[in-house]
Amino acid sequence: MPGFLLLEDGTLFQGLLVGPSGPAVAEVVFTTNMTGYQEVFTDPSFKGQIVVMTATMIGNYGINEADPESVGPQVAGIVVRELSSTYSNWRATGDLPSYLARHGIPALTEVDTRALTRHLRTVGVMRGVIGAGEEVTDAARAALEACPSMEGLDLATVVSTREPYTWGSADAATHIVALDFGIKRNILRLFEAHGCRITVMPSDTPADRILALEPDGVFLSNGPGDPAAIPYAPPTIKALAAQGVPIFGICLGHQLLGLTFGGETFKLPFGHRGGNQPVRELATGKILITSQNHGFAVKGNEQEITGAPDLQPTYINCNDGSVEGLRHRSLPIFAVQYHPEAAPGPHDARPHFPEFLAAVRARAGRR
Amino acid sequence: MPKRTDLKKILVIGSGPIVIGQAAEFDYSGTQATKALREEGYEVVLVNSNPATIMTDPEFADRTYIEPVTPDIVEKIIARERPDAVLPTMGGQTALNVAMALHERGVLERLGAQLIGANARAIKVAEDRKLFGEAMERIGLKCPQGRIATSWSEAQAIADFTGYPAIIRPAFTLGGSGGGIAYTADEYERIVTRGLAESPISQVLIERSLLGWKEYELEVMRDSADNVVIVCSIENLDPMGVHTGDSITVAPAMTLTDREYQVMRDAAVAIIREIGVEAGGCNIQFAVNPADGELIVIEMNPRVSRSSALASKATGFPIAKFGAKLAVGYRLDEIKNDITKTTPASFEPVLDYVVVKVPRFAFEKFPQADPGLTTQMKSVGESMAIGRTFKEAFQKGLRALETGRPGWTVGTTPADDRLADDTLETLRAAIGRPTPERIYQVKRAMLAGISLAEIHQRTGIDPWFLAQLHELVDAERAYAALPAPGAGDLRRMKRLGFSDRQLAALRGEAEDAVRERRWALGVRPSYKMVDTCAGEFPSSTPYLYGNYDAESEAPRTGRKSVIILGSGPNRIGQGVEFDYCCVRAVLALRERGYEAIMINSNPETVSTDYDTSDKLYFEPLTLEDVLEVVHRERPLGVVVQLGGQTPLKLTRGLEAAGVPILGTSPDAIDVAEDRERFEAIARELGIAQPPNGLARSQAEAAAIAARIGYPVLVRPSYVLGGRAMEIVHDARALEDYFARAVVVSEDRPVLVDRFLSDATEVDVDAVADGTDVVIGGIMQHIEEAGVHSGDSACVLPPWSLGEAELAAIRGHTVALARALGVRGLMNVQFAVKDGTVYVLEVNPRASRTIPFVSKAIGVPLASIAARVMVGETLAAMGVTHEVVPPYASVKEAVFPFNKFREFDPVLGPEMRSTGEVMGIDRTVPLAYLKAQQAASNPLPTGGTVLFKLSNRDKEPAVPVARRFAELGFTLAATRNTAAALRAHGLAVQGVLKVGEGHPDSVEVMQRGEIAFLVNTPLGGAAQRDDRSMRQVAVQQRIPYVTTVAAAAAAAEAIAGTRTEEVGVMSVQEWHARLAGR
Repeated sequence: MPGFLLLEDGTLFQGLLVGPSGPAVAEVVFTTNMTGYQEVFTDPSFKGQIVVMTATMIGNYGINEADPESVGPQVAGIVVRELSSTYSNWRATGDLPSYLARHGIPALTEVDTRALTRHLRTVGVMRGVIGAGEEVTDAARAALEACPSMEGLDLATVVSTREPYTWGSADAATHIVALDFGIKRNILRLFEAHGCRITVMPSDTPADRILALEPDGVFLSNGPGDPAAIPYAPPTIKALAAQGVPIFGICLGHQLLGLTFGGETFKLPFGHRGGNQPVRELATGKILITSQNHGFAVKGNEQEITGAPDLQPTYINCNDGSVEGLRHRSLPIFAVQYHPEAAPGPHDARPHFPEFLAAVRARAGRR
Repeated sequence: MPKRTDLKKILVIGSGPIVIGQAAEFDYSGTQATKALREEGYEVVLVNSNPATIMTDPEFADRTYIEPVTPDIVEKIIARERPDAVLPTMGGQTALNVAMALHERGVLERLGAQLIGANARAIKVAEDRKLFGEAMERIGLKCPQGRIATSWSEAQAIADFTGYPAIIRPAFTLGGSGGGIAYTADEYERIVTRGLAESPISQVLIERSLLGWKEYELEVMRDSADNVVIVCSIENLDPMGVHTGDSITVAPAMTLTDREYQVMRDAAVAIIREIGVEAGGCNIQFAVNPADGELIVIEMNPRVSRSSALASKATGFPIAKFGAKLAVGYRLDEIKNDITKTTPASFEPVLDYVVVKVPRFAFEKFPQADPGLTTQMKSVGESMAIGRTFKEAFQKGLRALETGRPGWTVGTTPADDRLADDTLETLRAAIGRPTPERIYQVKRAMLAGISLAEIHQRTGIDPWFLAQLHELVDAERAYAALPAPGAGDLRRMKRLGFSDRQLAALRGEAEDAVRERRWALGVRPSYKMVDTCAGEFPSSTPYLYGNYDAESEAPRTGRKSVIILGSGPNRIGQGVEFDYCCVRAVLALRERGYEAIMINSNPETVSTDYDTSDKLYFEPLTLEDVLEVVHRERPLGVVVQLGGQTPLKLTRGLEAAGVPILGTSPDAIDVAEDRERFEAIARELGIAQPPNGLARSQAEAAAIAARIGYPVLVRPSYVLGGRAMEIVHDARALEDYFARAVVVSEDRPVLVDRFLSDATEVDVDAVADGTDVVIGGIMQHIEEAGVHSGDSACVLPPWSLGEAELAAIRGHTVALARALGVRGLMNVQFAVKDGTVYVLEVNPRASRTIPFVSKAIGVPLASIAARVMVGETLAAMGVTHEVVPPYASVKEAVFPFNKFREFDPVLGPEMRSTGEVMGIDRTVPLAYLKAQQAASNPLPTGGTVLFKLSNRDKEPAVPVARRFAELGFTLAATRNTAAALRAHGLAVQGVLKVGEGHPDSVEVMQRGEIAFLVNTPLGGAAQRDDRSMRQVAVQQRIPYVTTVAAAAAAAEAIAGTRTEEVGVMSVQEWHARLAGR
């Protein structure tokens, strides 16, 4: 079935529509990950976004049960150059087109995804609508106009778990409470692998309830949307920090920590999404190749986190100099903008988990 | 860390001649490395014996030694130059082996030169199978379950453990040379024995076969601060069991989930750290069990490689260039991404396209050789294609091979696809055994309705790839059934990579008609950039590939531009020397202010370095693909005369389409190729030709031969590299030739020439501007006429031609160039016999000797020619006189006989060499000696010379044998040869022929009793005995020659070393001796 993607600036991309006929409206972003489409589509941080895959061959290894980063696809739609209906992999349990269709995700295929990516890179990310047909329909146009801007949008509360749940062995020695703004499962898998039990709490859980759980450390998860649109988070984090609880944040969690201590966040022109982003550790000069997926960032540079004298930058993006990591100058609090849990992406930053847990266990030992 | 300031002078070791497994990619990497090091202000000394390389042009290094890449010679260079460091990672296995030898001899330490790029320990651990296995165990990775044998008895015990099939890999050999897969005990013994003989440390690894596992490669770089990046992942379409150089490969990996890919990435990072490559790159091969994902490390090369060249071209990340910078201390994040120019090199390239590499083979040159593909590499070249999807890139890659197939298309007969007949049983059996044609057999199987599951089961090719290929079959059927294809249908097929020729064939149309309709419907390709970052950052480097997506990114500069057509995949007869010419032209045109646009499909080359030209179109060199680029670029014209036969073949089509051809007119090219028109010109100019005729039928050929007299030289017209060219001695042999070798018809005539026995062959390269003609060089061949000029050793300037003969050669060359109106390069082949100079052939285009001559005379002929083509005159450039050097330059050919053991290693009119070397010295004997050394045929200083000669060679060989005796060699010969030599009073030991008793000639060679073999081919019945002697020589690495002329040259060369020590000197110093410098 012919289909299209119409962007809010009027640019039209044509292709073939596979799956539901929509219209699906959302912010259109691109990711340069060459592997890991299933992880991308199921990453809650992609909630409310149409994802353009710059890699052209998508679906080759099918889908499996072990790799999803949440219960199901989170994206509003996908745009690809070629969607493979056949697949081959010993772990595969099905094909990607059926999986997307089953979850109601439209896929626009046969698109000049490079032209689209170049457009987004040049003009900046914007909203778009995927629709069926060779011509743009009024319904699609109306849907596009009704679509809210990502700025000011609290999507984290939407994707957060409503009920607390636990992950990992009940008798693990270390207890982490994770605030779920859209947490990826691989974060939970890695905490578990490092001997933790995790209690995952709704994003708006107040500090006293968290403290009542007697966490050894608190984790602030990744998630979608604008960090500035989650006004309840900073006070909670501040209260936890006041108790000296070790805190580790990833992605949205990193941004919320920045906001908590006086920093500002802003929207990047087209975000960082992919598995090849180099970051430099300021203390050592060491380069990590990281997995990233964010549209907002904490304002600052190599010297400072703007407006937050208590925080210091720890990692910087080698491509554009944006802040990729920060730590509190006196408290056991640190965060990274990128995804040390990878999935998809390289594992260079995985040591951040034991680093955090060392701080957690040091404090637990003192108590 | 910024660059090291303690180093001032660096020696870069090149890879020597092109051989199977070590080809043009090392010119690419070496050129990049020398450029990068000089950019950083280092003084660069280079050694490489291969003149057909850009890197050995004098301006690319401060001192360039065109000398044998052997430990002894490199030691002399180090002693003379005293470099602070030696970079051994750019010259393949040859350079690593030489560096290791010098390290072990203590030379490097003694002379204060340190290895950079990879240290001795890393090289040793990576190469030594045992140490490597232990290293992998330390980091928790698995290697193939293999054991090391250093003797046949050890190997016997291992066979019990591995079972069959078993894989045998000799340590420290190129391209898996001497290795193989043994399916039976007999094969096991043969391959193990061979492997032990080939390995310089007599060590083989014997592994349980992982046949059918998936094979992957990662290209990895690490800097001195321990930052590691993966440049590229490559997945082989052919499963384990086929050497990666012989596999169709795809980048990026297609069928790995992120989880599996990251496990492989983690392993690669751990490996480069454990092996200890401190600052440089490596290539790691993995096998993955398709059933459960088990990961096995196959091997690691701590240097740049064929795969790294491919990865560089596939990603835009220049591994060799960055490798050189890392070697002198830079960190990855201190180097700028070459393409974006804004982001650092400390990142991992991402691809928004698919790259497919396809190997090109030369089995047509070695009919007796086994075409089975195993762990020993057999391909001689490769094409690379870029498409938006796998299917598009795959089809482009196949048509870029230039084997006559317009894409993934089955042959017209089963034999074309290496099938005995067209039965399903034959097909089923065939696809289970990898050969160059298997990919076409797979298509036949699909067309015949064999299920994908069965094809997978028989071939081991991943089901995903098979499904992709089957989509092409489906698309063909649908297209063929359309009532009238519209724009949408055409676009859909073009997006699947189908060429116009394929589309035409599917509907019984003409290619031109399809193209015209396509153009009328506005279905044209667009061109996208390879930018390392999938469009995330702006890029200013126009490295482009064609596709049928919407947006084109090829920048329009409005500058006056010239398109240079490259030479496509390397093959025997058309190799790196033509790439050299193209690159010289690009550089010259850029310098003159033209926008130089390169089109080529060969990933190994310097010409496809996006750094070389102003714009690079990585496209197949077919008429369709070239016309589309021309349409996009609207150049002043196209240069067709520098890339060998590939662009030349396109000339008529381009001209017909109204594309301006720069330089010599297409009509003049046609005159030279057209036997009858050329003969008329030669007659008019009064230049002798051997009696000849053009036959359009077999009967006509027989009549011509009878008229002009046997022996005759027969060959199809329009061939390069002497394809199917033979010397035929009588009418019966002529019949046999037609039965076996060629098809003759009205439009495929066969040339029949009187063969001039015992004539001296001479090659001349010249450059002309339409008015003036300047001779570049006159080369006298060592082997007599009848040996293909590409396979013959030759000497510049000639050493034994008379003044009158030379004057005739010069006069004829000038007259021919004027008569043809040559604008650019021209090569003429002459034969001189009894004082008469005959013209054999004229080619108004670059010859394969252009780089050799340019180096010998210190004049870049291809650059001059390019400037002529855009209208400059020779006079204005100051190119007015032939340069006759006061020293000798010898070119020697290098052969792949060690890879094709079943093949008799003799020379003939069909070209079989893969590469060449150059020796320069004061005298011909010394230059010849160096050339032999460089060609891995080092002449002995003493011992026994074994003669076995054909009857007609016995008399001429007497003075040669006497010379060897005078030099203190013991003479030995088989019965009849011995008798002939003794008749002239020479003392000769008799040696038994095979079958006459023991020890026979083969056995004495195997025992190491023979230092030098002179064995001229007998032809006919005695051939077999002969052949095994030459094969043993190849196997045992006994220096040998197959012509009396070469034996004579060898004797004189050995004599030369008795009076003078062999020294080393840079080309810059040689050139300083040229008159007028």
